[in-house]
Amino acid sequence: MIGIGHYLGVSAILFTLGVLGIALNRRNIIVILMSVELMLLAVNINFVAFSVFLEDMVGQLFAMFVLTVAAAEAAIGLAILVTYFRNRGTIAVDDVRQMRG
Amino acid sequence: MTQAFIFYLLAGVTVVSGLMVISARNPVHSVLWLILAFVNAAGLFLVIGAEFLAMLLIIVYVGAVAVLFLFVVMMLDVDFARLRSGAARYLPVGVLLGAILMVEMLLLAGAWSSGAIAEGARAAPRPEGLTNIQAIGTILYTDYVFVFQAAGMILLTAMIGAIVLTHRERAGVKRQDPARQAARTPEKAVVLERPLVGAGVETDGGVR
Repeated sequence: MIGIGHYLGVSAILFTLGVLGIALNRRNIIVILMSVELMLLAVNINFVAFSVFLEDMVGQLFAMFVLTVAAAEAAIGLAILVTYFRNRGTIAVDDVRQMRG
Repeated sequence: MTQAFIFYLLAGVTVVSGLMVISARNPVHSVLWLILAFVNAAGLFLVIGAEFLAMLLIIVYVGAVAVLFLFVVMMLDVDFARLRSGAARYLPVGVLLGAILMVEMLLLAGAWSSGAIAEGARAAPRPEGLTNIQAIGTILYTDYVFVFQAAGMILLTAMIGAIVLTHRERAGVKRQDPARQAARTPEKAVVLERPLVGAGVETDGGVR
């Protein structure tokens, strides 16, 4: 029978993949943003699993709000990315030094 | 039995596509794998009966976020091969970090059990006889209406921020000015002249 442990396991693996993605693709900000989305998905799976197995609806509500924030974050992140690309012609994040005084 | 089989199928595909997201050479492929991961995660939600979240995941993540990513990846002309150089340098520390994190979280997931007090102190116990979406709506628009409004404000801020960041004034674009058009009268626009035969009319460059 599928219990909460199974869901927590999937969520842990997905979260780890997100962390690993950030470490692996340190120069490609698009993949970093996608890794952040993966981590937020893992958080959502945790919220929903706890919500269902503890029979408390608040977990699903909060998953909804996490979804909202994830969408906003993706929109802003990609907007910054587009602006940065327009100014610099590259998206390599390890030479982001413009804001350094 | 069927539930277990479907769970392992969906979970396996989710994890594999998550792995492909971070390891694909081409970012377009990464986005497509991300979409597969989201769809399978939505399936995982369906298995345990969170239907509304599953549909929301498909609509918001696949329909909006992933397509936004796809737009940006395809719009920007970036040499992605150059960006990947030096990835191997971070591989050992990344794998080490990830392994520690995963082992810890899996141990926690295995060892976790809810206390008796925590079980009794639920904020919003699932109402009997309501579907998933009815139950969410019942508490979302009553107890959590201010949080809901705050979520709306976050989305509004994100929208304004994205527009402000990416909008730019282009020079030399011709635009209609409806107010000026409406304010134009025949007296200002038309000149009637009665020139002598063969004399013609003096104009400044053809247009008066």
